[in-house]
Amino acid sequence: MKSLEELKQIRQKTLDRINMRKEDKEEAVRVVVGMATCGIAAGARPVMIAFIEECAKRGLSHVHVTQTGCIGLCQHEPMADVIIPGTEKVTYINLTPEKARRIVLEHIVNGKPIAEYAIGSQEEA
Amino acid sequence: MRDISLHIMDLAQNSLSAGAKLITIDIEVVGGRLTYKLSDDGKGMAKEQVEAVLSPFVSSRTTRKVGLGIPLTKHSAEITGGSFFVESSLGEGTLVSATYVLSSIDCIPLGDLTATLLTLISGNADTVDFVVNILAGEKSFNMNTAEIKEMLSGVSLSEPEVIKWLHGYLDENIADCLGGYIT
Repeated sequence: MKSLEELKQIRQKTLDRINMRKEDKEEAVRVVVGMATCGIAAGARPVMIAFIEECAKRGLSHVHVTQTGCIGLCQHEPMADVIIPGTEKVTYINLTPEKARRIVLEHIVNGKPIAEYAIGSQEEA
Repeated sequence: MRDISLHIMDLAQNSLSAGAKLITIDIEVVGGRLTYKLSDDGKGMAKEQVEAVLSPFVSSRTTRKVGLGIPLTKHSAEITGGSFFVESSLGEGTLVSATYVLSSIDCIPLGDLTATLLTLISGNADTVDFVVNILAGEKSFNMNTAEIKEMLSGVSLSEPEVIKWLHGYLDENIADCLGGYIT
């Protein structure tokens, strides 16, 4: 059974690591998942879990996965914005957990947005 | 909305939209009934607004706190022979409660409560605190993110290692308490 005691060890391990990486300033990346009734009903929760888990698995502590309400494009849910400082915000639509994991790898890690999942390309198609 | 955990997620989103800084989620299974209560310290609602949110045909898009979510949740509870109520006072916060009769053929499954709590806690790690109390028969589970943050002092709750721990912690404790109800 996991206990609160384990947190102390995790804290120490994390602090050591944070001190080590202080020099390479990675700017905060934000992933914002739509989590209103429309998003949840369309399957936003497994998408958000996929973002959280994939980032945790890859140790991407500069990525913050957060949630927001309805932005009015309910037909495209589940949706998420990927905001990397210094680049244009990308809005991904009709997401699945698999797509979310691919976005973490290709867009956030490798810096190449996935055009086919983004809102512009799907609307023209 | 296919399961109870998604309704809880949706109600919590309302609390977040209302600017809550502390959200308490109580889940209790007693006498064949499952009741959950969400209380928040958000902006609350006036009496007329409380009545209005129960109707699917009332939605003040720009100022709304809730939309279709509440009527769907209310229906999901009442269709089992259970109940639903909202209590709120302007400026103080809101309490939403729903009871489900578990033996009803119309009762939706509990669903993935861990996923709901993990997304809520980790998605609002630096801004909102959550208190979770689960009581089912002899078993109980209580957690408070404020306590966890205190233990972590200097380390964010959204750190990958912490999230991984939280996932396991929630999973084990929820399965222990509600194992018989998770489908």
